Amino acid sequence: MLDYETMKVIWWLLVGVLLVGFAVMDGHDMGVGTLLPFVGRDDTERRVIINTVGPHWDGNQVWFITGGGAIFAAWPLVYATAFSGFYWAMLAVLWALFFRPVGFDYRSKIANPLWRKTWDWGLFVGGAVPPLIFGVAFGNLLQGVPFRFDANLVSYYEGSFWGLLNPFALLAGVVSSAMITFHGAVYLAHRTEGEIQQRAVRATVIFGVITLAAFAAAGVWVQAIPGYVIAAGADPAGLPNPLAKEVVREAGAWMANYRQQPLLWAVPALAFLGGLAAIWAVRAGRTFFAFWASGVMIAGIIGTAGVAMFPFVMPSSIDLRSSLTVWDSVSSHLTLAVMFWATVIFMPLIIVYTSWAYKVMAGKVTKAYILENEKQAY
Amino acid sequence: MNETLVDLSRLQFAATAMYHFLFVPLTLGLTWMLVIMESLYVMTGKQVYQDMVKFWGKLFGINFALGVTTGITLEFQFGTNWAYYSHYVGDVFGAPLAIEGLMAFFLESTFIGLFFFGWNRLSRTQHLLVTLLMAVGTNLSALWILVANGWMQNPVGSEFSFQTMRMEMTNFWDVIFNPVAQAKFVHTVSAGYVTGAMFVLSISAYYLLKQRDLEFAKRSFRVAAAFGFASACSVVVLGDESGYTMAEKQQSKLAALEAMWETEPAPAGLKLIAGIDEANQRNTWELEIPWVLGIIGTRSFDTTLPGIKEIIARNRERVESGVEAVKALDVLRRDASDPQALARFETHKENLGFGLLTRKYVADISQVTPEIMDKAAASTVPPVKPLFWTFRIMVLLGFSFIALFGAALWYSIKDSFADKRWLLRWALWFLPLPWVASEMGWFVAEYGRQPWTIAEVLPTHLSVSTLSVQSLYGSLAGFVGFYTLLLIVELYLMFRFGRLGPSTLGTGRYHWERQGAMQSA
Ligand code: HDD
Ligand code: HEM
Ligand code: HEM
Repeated sequence: MLDYETMKVIWWLLVGVLLVGFAVMDGHDMGVGTLLPFVGRDDTERRVIINTVGPHWDGNQVWFITGGGAIFAAWPLVYATAFSGFYWAMLAVLWALFFRPVGFDYRSKIANPLWRKTWDWGLFVGGAVPPLIFGVAFGNLLQGVPFRFDANLVSYYEGSFWGLLNPFALLAGVVSSAMITFHGAVYLAHRTEGEIQQRAVRATVIFGVITLAAFAAAGVWVQAIPGYVIAAGADPAGLPNPLAKEVVREAGAWMANYRQQPLLWAVPALAFLGGLAAIWAVRAGRTFFAFWASGVMIAGIIGTAGVAMFPFVMPSSIDLRSSLTVWDSVSSHLTLAVMFWATVIFMPLIIVYTSWAYKVMAGKVTKAYILENEKQAY
Repeated sequence: MNETLVDLSRLQFAATAMYHFLFVPLTLGLTWMLVIMESLYVMTGKQVYQDMVKFWGKLFGINFALGVTTGITLEFQFGTNWAYYSHYVGDVFGAPLAIEGLMAFFLESTFIGLFFFGWNRLSRTQHLLVTLLMAVGTNLSALWILVANGWMQNPVGSEFSFQTMRMEMTNFWDVIFNPVAQAKFVHTVSAGYVTGAMFVLSISAYYLLKQRDLEFAKRSFRVAAAFGFASACSVVVLGDESGYTMAEKQQSKLAALEAMWETEPAPAGLKLIAGIDEANQRNTWELEIPWVLGIIGTRSFDTTLPGIKEIIARNRERVESGVEAVKALDVLRRDASDPQALARFETHKENLGFGLLTRKYVADISQVTPEIMDKAAASTVPPVKPLFWTFRIMVLLGFSFIALFGAALWYSIKDSFADKRWLLRWALWFLPLPWVASEMGWFVAEYGRQPWTIAEVLPTHLSVSTLSVQSLYGSLAGFVGFYTLLLIVELYLMFRFGRLGPSTLGTGRYHWERQGAMQSA
């Protein structure tokens, strides 16, 4: 069995992989949902758009569900503290997500225009709200979150919902929203043709530029906000106990990992390279390549934040030592090992059958297809 | 913890879980019915079987959408509303939940897409394989969530660690092969199969009563009768298995649902009905079948099952010992190497949960009085009346399902059901009852676990998040509002498509299309 410290680092990486998987897979159908009311001008066009993700959105959403489950199993304290602390933000995500399964499945079952329009906006909400909130949440993680533990590790959250909406966090929200919308636009460009495709291509340029500009701005800004540093305690190989360490706050501390290991600059660089390559490729008509380039951009953006914070996961702004890190918010060695093997076995299988499902459904979704499959298509 | 906060959190979990379970059993059952129908299609090549898969699949899809919607709520609710619970048991409980995602949800959700959209792109056998994998996925998901839930009832394979202040896994296989989880799994999925079969049986009976689409309805009815009869028998037999594991692992729940105040000489009798006087801990009258409970519960003639009073007396001692454990733990949290505290903790550790029960009455463990210990011990048996009656409704329904499916199967074999209007009406009126039985079953299982979230380990009132009561009122109102709206929409679609029947497929072969009466649906 791999030693405890290594396992903790592996789980940091695996949570990252799940987050990126979620953003790339569920992200593209959320982006498609966000664009739906704008890119689709009439009912048939909107059905074309919906059917590009119709067979896949449900499987993609499981990245989100499994991500939640994996955080529960691997970082129970993070799951408990973050979800209860961000109570209303989590509920907003949840309630926005309610619109997706019903929106996709029920929308085209009834021909009434008002019914359909209502669900179109439901799909918009289900696609646009979650990425925005996740971005804002990330922005808050980078600044520290107002929670503390008592001696029995009961967590108390002392902030409010409105406190989450500070300027830096909102900028992070813009990065996340634009990134997911961009990714959805790239996917649409790949799966549609004609006017819909042209509109999607236009959207990629707009949202691609916003994503990269906002990401760059956040990168500059983050140097000025106080980061967190472990001053003492927090034994990487030890039993997890968040209260057994000392933490200090320092401006620019989030750059420390990059200073120590300049090779890590490759991560943000990948974000820019991926983004620029995707914009170029979409315009050049190489949409399949563009999709993966956009995926690289997403991995780069999420990775940049992760690397900056390592080993912190959720710093506390009101009781510094309560901060949660990779070393002390994790499950036991055995549980991490069990979950590791479960992931090693099932993740490749999932990738294989998901790819097969995409392959079966490959090709452009056309208006003719919708009209022929009036009763079966979404 | 604030009592109102605890009650509202419980109410919210109960409401959202019971709502989820309106959709789950139909998914569990219909997926297998679809596999059976599609196998018939692949074997015989008859078009009507494909139409059956497509039509019942449509209704299945309408149901599935809400199953997914409401499931996500539950997945996140552990974190949002049960934060201390999530911290305290995440090490054990989180693993099956995460594996459920990896192993089951990905499978069912990926293949459901191909099920609906793959008809023209897959060969017949490939499509059948897709349907099969979808069914396997839904059932695996039930397996893993019930492993998690079974562990709450019977927390095996784990141990408390005072350094990390939580339960930690010691043996993964013990968690998986927990006998309570196994019994729960087979009973619960059978309940789902009964639900799926009843759904198809009832709606087919409706078409037969209306004299529409006879060929389609008859074939559906037959498949449902056969599948339903097998499932109804297994749900009853396996319910008995649940009772047996309960007698072993959850004696307080069993005593409560049997209203068994005193320990009776073995083998104990089974009460059919009784007049329960909760305040005085006795029954004013009872109608009993001698011996049966003892035999079911212990599979023997001479093992006694403890009554409520005896259980409370035993637990009084465990509370006293548990208070010592909590005191020692408090010392250890400040100084992990205190040898005296360590020794005391080791002695009393297995009763730690019972000591934590006193936290409901006083926060400071040194203030615990004998009266508080009495109260804590008395709280270890859940209220009797609600459990006694809900359990009996479930069991009664179980036997009535065997009767209905038995009759349906008998006349299917004799091929004379189509004109037996009494049978068809009976089938139609029974449509909602499997849902009633399932909800009763969950009530028994979950309410009967009180006052614990993790039996004898973690009390419910300690498990909640430190949220404000206003937040809970707000979220509860939100859920109720949202869910009511979604249910109305869902039922509207179900009834609409159910009434129109296979004509909604747009094949031109069915009743309303031939009449030209149906507009687009
Ligand atoms: C015995 C079966 C059973 C039980 C007790 C539960 N579920 Fe469930 N769940 C299913 C059986 C199921 C299913 C059959 O797999 C569903 C129902 C309908 C469906 O769409 O899939 C599902 C869907 C479903 C989904 C959506 C999955 C997807 O997108 O495919 C989630 C996240 C959960 N559930 C989570 C939970 C949690 C956290 C539960 C406990 C508190 C729970 N379920 C109880
Ligand atoms: C879907 C089927 C289920 C139904 C209908 C159901 C029903 C209920 C009910 C009625 C309660 C409230 C009990 C009370 O407070 O008196 C409850 C509580 C709870 N259930 Fe379930 N349950 C289901 C499945 C599960 C599963 C599978 C799990 C865990 C894996 C679970 C975990 C919990 C928890 C944590 C609580 C809150 C704490 C408590 O009150 O004890 N439930 N559930
Ligand atoms: C003679 C018939 C039946 C018996 C003896 C029986 C027995 C039981 C018992 C003892 C439990 C509680 C298990 C626990 O708390 O751990 C239970 C739970 C349950 N029952 Fe039944 N049952 C019967 C019929 C039915 C029927 C007909 C249905 C639905 C169609 C059903 C659905 C459920 C469900 C969903 C649960 C909760 C899950 C679980 O704990 O297994 N039962 N049943």
